[in-house]
Amino acid sequence: MRIKLHGTRGAYPTSSKENQKFGGNTACIEIIDGDERLILDAGTGILTIDFDTYYKADRIDILLTHLHMDHIQGLGFCKPLFNPEKEVHIWGPGGSPNSLKSRLNRFLSPPLFPVMLRDIPCKLVVHELPNTPFALGKFLINAEFISHPGPTVGFRIQCGSKTITYIPDHEPVICKSHLYPEDEWISGFDLANDTDLLIHDSQYSSEEYEKKGGWGHCSLDIAVELSERTNTKRLVLFHHDPTHTDTHRIEMFEEFKKTHKLNIPIELAVQGTEIEV
Amino acid sequence: MSGQQIEIILARQLADCLSVPVFIVGPEGTLLFYNEPAEQILGKRFEDTGEMLVGEWGEIWYPHDEDGNAIPREELPLVKTIYSHEPGHKTFWIKSLAGKSIKISVTSIPVIGRSKQFSGAMAIFWDNDLKV
Repeated sequence: MRIKLHGTRGAYPTSSKENQKFGGNTACIEIIDGDERLILDAGTGILTIDFDTYYKADRIDILLTHLHMDHIQGLGFCKPLFNPEKEVHIWGPGGSPNSLKSRLNRFLSPPLFPVMLRDIPCKLVVHELPNTPFALGKFLINAEFISHPGPTVGFRIQCGSKTITYIPDHEPVICKSHLYPEDEWISGFDLANDTDLLIHDSQYSSEEYEKKGGWGHCSLDIAVELSERTNTKRLVLFHHDPTHTDTHRIEMFEEFKKTHKLNIPIELAVQGTEIEV
Repeated sequence: MSGQQIEIILARQLADCLSVPVFIVGPEGTLLFYNEPAEQILGKRFEDTGEMLVGEWGEIWYPHDEDGNAIPREELPLVKTIYSHEPGHKTFWIKSLAGKSIKISVTSIPVIGRSKQFSGAMAIFWDNDLKV
């Protein structure tokens, strides 16, 4: 499997020159195996996908972790949605009194967007994610609700013998400096357990988190602790705060490394890079 | 390993933050957790009791009425919630593991998450003689 990071930023996109190293586009990654692809989240990163060159197939699957704006704001400008020849399947969490389609329609309709969801020309199919694992081509997908405001899932995706876990927005423990000692009490544990690659929220330093507990995101420290507890083989720190410059983000990570022995490869997510699993 | 459902995890996180006693059970009624304020009423730390089946916790604290008559566990609000998946409420007496008889009011609610599955139940209970 190859994983392309098209958008790594949290909250809102930024074009500041101080944010160029890690990128300014909001959450979107692509999982590729041979000719088969999945898109996870539709932040502004989705706009960098070269649909003309790479998507010969008529069907495109976009899986949304949740409907916060930084995860869907690229959707309305995603080229295949405006191609009548394309079949676009959008998958997202249910669990709300309103259907996924009607919740998406709140964004994809005036006055927030000029085109109504029902008028989008592609063949659009909206699916609420099932509570049990399901297959899309070669990919076996498990979506589970995790701790973040509103209906939000993380994904565990298996292809052959490899798995990747994507939990871009996650507060595994609220207002505490460590995870619970018992594994079964950790949000997202089963999704991340023994995974080959964990892409995880790491928006704050531990000092920042003290002031932002309950906002739905976690510190770099907790992200690393989760990866250690779940025996993850590689960790990519995701959902960079748009108010952090690249320099600040690097300093934060370097500072963390001075006091923690890292047992697995851990890196800051860089927009545009590709990871082989 | 199968972890707890997210709504049960969040219920525990809520219970950890409250000064009100909270008791959390799984879908079969197995005691999963009670918080520190509950420990003061029940007379034992959760770390010392650990998980318990409904048959155990339904009797270990000897729920009884004003005259000391035992209350069958089927009549306890939390047990009713486990079987009916509906809220329950009752005032009765228990004997703490420290041996003290305490009048408590218990309100139990089913925990049903976004997947619509019954994940368990939580009870808030109140020592009627205690002012928080």
